[in-house]
Amino acid sequence: MKELLSGNEAFARGAWEAGATVGSGYPGTPSTEILENAVKYAKEMYCEWAPNEKVAFEVAAGASLAGARAFCTMKHVGLNVAADPLMTLSYTGTVGGFVAIVADDPGMHSSQNEQDTRQYARFAKIPLLEPSDAQEAKDFLIRSFDISEQFRTPVIVRSTTRISHARSLVELGERRERAFPGFHRDPPRFVPIPAWGRKMRIRVEERLRALRAWAENANLNRVEMLSREFGIITSGISYQYVREVFPEASVLKLGIGYPLSPHLVRDFASRVKNLLVVEELDDFIEEQVRALGIICDGRNLVPGIGELSPERLNTARNRINGADSTLIIPVNKAELPPRPPVLCPGCPHRGVFTALGTFKDVVVTGDIGCYSLGVTPPLDRMDTILCMGGGISLAHGMAKAGEKKNIVGMVGDSTFFHSGITGLIDIAVNRSNVVICILDNRTTAMTGHQDHPGTGRTLAGEDTMAISIEGMATACGIKRVRVADPYDVPALVSVFREEMEAGEPSVLIPRAPCVLAEKRPLGDPLRIDPGKCRTCGACLKVGCPALEAVDKTPNINQNSCAGCGICRQMCKFGAIGSAERR
Amino acid sequence: MGSHRQPGIFAPDQTSVLLAGVGGQGILLASNILARTALLAGFDVKTNEVHGMAQRGGSVVAEIRFGKKIHSPLIPPLGAQVLAAFEAMEALRYAGFLSSGGQALISTLRIIPTSVSSGFAAYPRDLDTVLRKTFRNVRFVDAAAAARKAGSPKAINMAILGAVSSVLAFEDSIWQKAIGLCVKAKFVETNLQAFAFGKKLAA
Repeated sequence: MKELLSGNEAFARGAWEAGATVGSGYPGTPSTEILENAVKYAKEMYCEWAPNEKVAFEVAAGASLAGARAFCTMKHVGLNVAADPLMTLSYTGTVGGFVAIVADDPGMHSSQNEQDTRQYARFAKIPLLEPSDAQEAKDFLIRSFDISEQFRTPVIVRSTTRISHARSLVELGERRERAFPGFHRDPPRFVPIPAWGRKMRIRVEERLRALRAWAENANLNRVEMLSREFGIITSGISYQYVREVFPEASVLKLGIGYPLSPHLVRDFASRVKNLLVVEELDDFIEEQVRALGIICDGRNLVPGIGELSPERLNTARNRINGADSTLIIPVNKAELPPRPPVLCPGCPHRGVFTALGTFKDVVVTGDIGCYSLGVTPPLDRMDTILCMGGGISLAHGMAKAGEKKNIVGMVGDSTFFHSGITGLIDIAVNRSNVVICILDNRTTAMTGHQDHPGTGRTLAGEDTMAISIEGMATACGIKRVRVADPYDVPALVSVFREEMEAGEPSVLIPRAPCVLAEKRPLGDPLRIDPGKCRTCGACLKVGCPALEAVDKTPNINQNSCAGCGICRQMCKFGAIGSAERR
Repeated sequence: MGSHRQPGIFAPDQTSVLLAGVGGQGILLASNILARTALLAGFDVKTNEVHGMAQRGGSVVAEIRFGKKIHSPLIPPLGAQVLAAFEAMEALRYAGFLSSGGQALISTLRIIPTSVSSGFAAYPRDLDTVLRKTFRNVRFVDAAAAARKAGSPKAINMAILGAVSSVLAFEDSIWQKAIGLCVKAKFVETNLQAFAFGKKLAA
């Protein structure tokens, strides 16, 4: 039976068919929907949201050492968080099949950087597979569990945005149930104290040699011989673009992104006159091909910054042909008003940024989540973003450097549990006079409303304990912990002032549920009384998409206004009020 | 290698539809229904969608491609036979993807972006004229009115889909089956109505 599945749905199905019994992850675009779909098989496959990717990786590793097939899911930057266990699980090796499904985001649709996860496979000396559509997402994941068990190695399956979020047809299969062997004690294998770790180190190199030999003949790599003039080496989604734009080219499609098979590459290169490498992000394959002494084109024709597309490959094709590559574009996109993502109408974060906007001399060290959007004008109230949890530790570092301005570190509820706690402990123990603002909207909003340790619900929808943010902050050693209403801007301004002047570390928790998750408005839509409005523009400074203004005259879109009342608090002339009931 | 000088349509045996609009307008559901329709009609299908940050009120697209064999889920420039815009200005942003003989279906709805409301940019003046000048084959659809008439102001996506159905060669029964498969049972009736009104407005 064939189903139309996204890559992420196919990964979930593949894990189930492979007989996996444990899956853990942390939400992150474009990987989030893998676990959201995997949990549909919860009867046979335990699935959970972990507080962060390191924990998720370790949970799956523990399950593997006990003999179960296990997987973890994360976005590319999540693997940075999980890099510590990755590097040593490579040493101890696995028992039950272990696969980390890691989704890269070329083009940075929803990320703070571009990262090529293939580099981690080389770094950790482990195999990495790259599917190029949803069918392969499922098939390659199943194969990865086998490879992991055969070579006692963790395996990475690398996805990208257009694999995870593109849909294509998938042939469904049955689940292969596996007996659970349970943990067998073997300290020299599982305990990398230096004496044993040095032996593991040798085994890692031996394993990599064995993997190289295996990859030469594995049917995960494929040659499509067509033109003798022109051959392309490619992998992942790039393969699909290659087939669309270069239908006549011979192709070496690498399903195994690492390790590379030198004989296979040499053989393919010898059969074509001109060789091009097409890959997204780093010149990972090209570098290795050139190291074999093979002459090829690659980055000189195909860009490595940003996402590839048929459009960009077509430009490369025209360059090869010496043809004019200028497209006749009917509209100059640069002249259109930009429409970037914005905080939703009724978003509780808006009140916090509006309140902070009244302070002139404040540094706001921000973090990763919907509230990152507080950096865009007109809110424009964030000064740095580094990484998950970075908003807290950066604030401390700035204070210790002697920054004279007041410092507010900003972090979301899910991000706080992810990696904000250790930073907060640092602030308490080493004492810096900063305000840490934990924006608690009771969900992981940006990635589509996943639960986290503070919500009291598991991925499977079961009730569980809700970890208290206040309790956690207190336990971290912070004495001043306050909760505030993010919709009351004047009150929030006074609370911020008090905390900045407190002379000791403080945690402020503006708390209100995400209005998008609640799926109901906060109140009736507001209206502007044109008789009272002086078009001063104060209401427009809250950056609400429901407030539309052409030529400075504001109007409230009755379909999108959530009735939160933040704009009303900005109006000095009392021009904004509830819609009249008829 | 000189046989494909013209950028854009590389394979004549596939049909590509680009849906453009604003995050939150229900483009994902519309994309799903169109893909399901093509699947029921026996085609190979690929779609591409936008998830995550870009969904928060930003400019979004969904791409649906169907035919004998589809490779890329992304549509090349000048590669779409149909461009359906859920918001009028968004049609302009993606105009470069419509083939020269392609059909533009444009919702008359205007959603003012915060960049305009905040005074950083201007919404195009005489948008209708610009749109008529940009697109050779264009039909305007009052999708909001069709949705209201069907009793659900949110069903703009279904009205646009109805308009799309007026230019694609799928029978109504397949569309209806696909809508039944993709929409919660209690919303099917209103959605079918919005679809029918949208189709009528575009025809």
